[in-house]
Amino acid sequence: MVEPAVDLTHGHHHDDHADHGPKGWLKYVWSTDHKVIAMQYMFTGMFMALVGGFMAYVFRMQLAFPGIDVPGFGMVSPGEYNALVTNHGTIMIFWVAMPVLLAAFGNYLIPLMVGADDMVFPKVNRLSFQVFFVSTIVILASLVVEGGGFAGAWTAYPPLSADSTYNLTPLGSTLWVIGVGLEFVAFLLGGINFITTLMNSRAPGMRAFDVPIVVWMIVVASILFMLSVGPLLAGAIMLIFDQTIGTGFFNPATGGDPILWQHLFWFFGHPEVYVVLLPAMGVVIEIITTFARKKVFAYRTVIFTVVATGVLSFFVWAHHQFIAGIDPRMANIFTITTLLISVPIAELCFVYIATLYGGSITLNTPMLWALAFVAEFLIGGVTGIFLGAAGADIYFHDTYFVLAHFHYTFFPIAIIGTFAAVTYWFPKMFGKMMDDRLGKIHFWGTIIPFNLIFIPLFVLGMGGQHRRIYNYTHFPELALDWFQDMRVVATVSLLIMLAFQFVFFYNWYKTIRHGPKAPRNPWKANSLEWTTESPPPHGNWRPDEMPVVYRGPYEYSTTDREDDYWPQNEPSSRGSA
Amino acid sequence: MRPIATTRAATGIATGKLAIWWVLASEVVIFGGLLASYVMHRLGHPEWADAAVHTNTWIGAINTFVLLSSSLTAVLAHQAAERGDGKKAARYLYYTIGGAATFIGVKSYEWWYEISHGYTITSNTFWAFYYSAAGLHALHVIAGAVIMFIVARDAAKNLELHRVELIGIYWHFVDIVWIFLFPLLYIAK
Repeated sequence: MVEPAVDLTHGHHHDDHADHGPKGWLKYVWSTDHKVIAMQYMFTGMFMALVGGFMAYVFRMQLAFPGIDVPGFGMVSPGEYNALVTNHGTIMIFWVAMPVLLAAFGNYLIPLMVGADDMVFPKVNRLSFQVFFVSTIVILASLVVEGGGFAGAWTAYPPLSADSTYNLTPLGSTLWVIGVGLEFVAFLLGGINFITTLMNSRAPGMRAFDVPIVVWMIVVASILFMLSVGPLLAGAIMLIFDQTIGTGFFNPATGGDPILWQHLFWFFGHPEVYVVLLPAMGVVIEIITTFARKKVFAYRTVIFTVVATGVLSFFVWAHHQFIAGIDPRMANIFTITTLLISVPIAELCFVYIATLYGGSITLNTPMLWALAFVAEFLIGGVTGIFLGAAGADIYFHDTYFVLAHFHYTFFPIAIIGTFAAVTYWFPKMFGKMMDDRLGKIHFWGTIIPFNLIFIPLFVLGMGGQHRRIYNYTHFPELALDWFQDMRVVATVSLLIMLAFQFVFFYNWYKTIRHGPKAPRNPWKANSLEWTTESPPPHGNWRPDEMPVVYRGPYEYSTTDREDDYWPQNEPSSRGSA
Repeated sequence: MRPIATTRAATGIATGKLAIWWVLASEVVIFGGLLASYVMHRLGHPEWADAAVHTNTWIGAINTFVLLSSSLTAVLAHQAAERGDGKKAARYLYYTIGGAATFIGVKSYEWWYEISHGYTITSNTFWAFYYSAAGLHALHVIAGAVIMFIVARDAAKNLELHRVELIGIYWHFVDIVWIFLFPLLYIAK
């Protein structure tokens, strides 16, 4: 794995906080520098993405070729199949989407973009990663303990999750809850840093509406997380008690209620979608505005829309429970709120398109990822309308239509959004320019197979194929030939997509070894991270060069200037015609 | 050395105070989720009153009094810290820790009594909520007391006096959670 290329003493003489603390490789482990912690989150998240991707490979092979001896894994037993799909979901949400988009880019970008030298609480920041690292070990350990990993789906509904006589994984299911709980604690610690850093540590002159949208989005996401995860943390404690000491919070026989877990889970689970969506949307708008050389359309409207989305996201959760026996009148209300929340998200998509309109567009790798995000997420969003309406959802519930729908939201978020962010900020993070041609090969090699995986799954879902079935040959009405052909198409596309990821890693390796050195501001962008060296030194700027802000981050193609960009820290007198 | 970021205050509110309020916001939803779950169940299960009748209202009331008094000393500690009198602030914080210790002592006796009479966490879901909610609160009392001890030790040397107010804010929160727990678990029979 590539060592984080953040040189703590880079470029200039040692300033007074450049050289204390441990030396050698230990400085990467015990560092409180937000950039190093961002790298720790990013590499852990990327490693977990490989783990989650491998799981997908194994169970997709089983689905396309039932009973096959999967290369690299062996025969898949029904219990293992369930553990694989459960932990694929858990890992991809909690150990990939969150650490990479929220934690890695939140950590990296917030101090740089608001013109601060670090997070406000660097030690809390380090603690956040350490707790996260422990949670990673716990979830990986849960896969190999006696009885195997937890296999009760990533939503962990009781009684299956609460009673080991049903789930047969007494140790795995408890470790799963503990791992997820620790992960929540890590993100609560990180979130406090994100929020207070934006609120209090902005550079002199930077007003609330001079903050780049991605920072707003990450901070709103952190607030959403903080306000939604509490009940689930309480629920996790209850679930652990039910599993280990025999309380009956979720057991009707002792006066408990299994639906309570569903409420606690989805009260968190739905805002969680926006917790990972918003950072990705922020990344995308930064890229679109830079490579369209145009000011973001309706900056303030975007911010207000995001806040409105955040508020609404607390009132949609029961759309996951339409067939859980909830009152049909409640289903009505949640249908309405769910359809309402598509309005602000659609509005954001229109804002992105309006930003592109009339711009001078550069189609390089980051821009391709950003445009692909909008296009693919649109499919995910539009299919969500069917599922948000109780009438249609009763038929689609727990089919592959649901699965394809949320992969069309989460894949653009966690994978496309991440690649957009990595390719865009790579020059800043590692000081080298990535190979654009390899980047484009990787882009098309990922996007085309992605659609070929999930479009067949939409069709299968509409044909009535249920989720969480180990072997469809056991179900004559789902074992039709053309159904099986679709499953093979999806699996083969997955193999192609996974193979193309090697192009990305090769590009990474090649860039670090031989790539051209990146200038401070390769994309001619305005926000503050581009005003310092690539990669930035410890403290981000020299203490006497801390930036002062004069304007918002999106002043592109201003008519009375020679340059088509106008960095936030450039005094108005200089450079204007 | 602290980063420049920590010393800035663009909102005009000190960073530490801002952070403690966000910590409390995340705590409110943890207890909020637990207590909302309890209230919904309690409304759906009138028969839980038969279990609730065995909680000791007098012990609960004594602990309420102890905790409220400890909040008073936390305020007095803050007042002393504002005047720059670290020694006095530390003394009041130690009184507050004494209150926390009394609270935990009384609670231990209460739980010992209940458990020895057969009312354990697995007896039924009322007792499960009773022990989980009060236990989570007691953990907050203990954690608060430990942090308060560290703050008081520094304050006695006139160091980091602004932390006296921060731990005080946290302590009031612990107090307020108990103000919700007391009627829900003890008074509502």
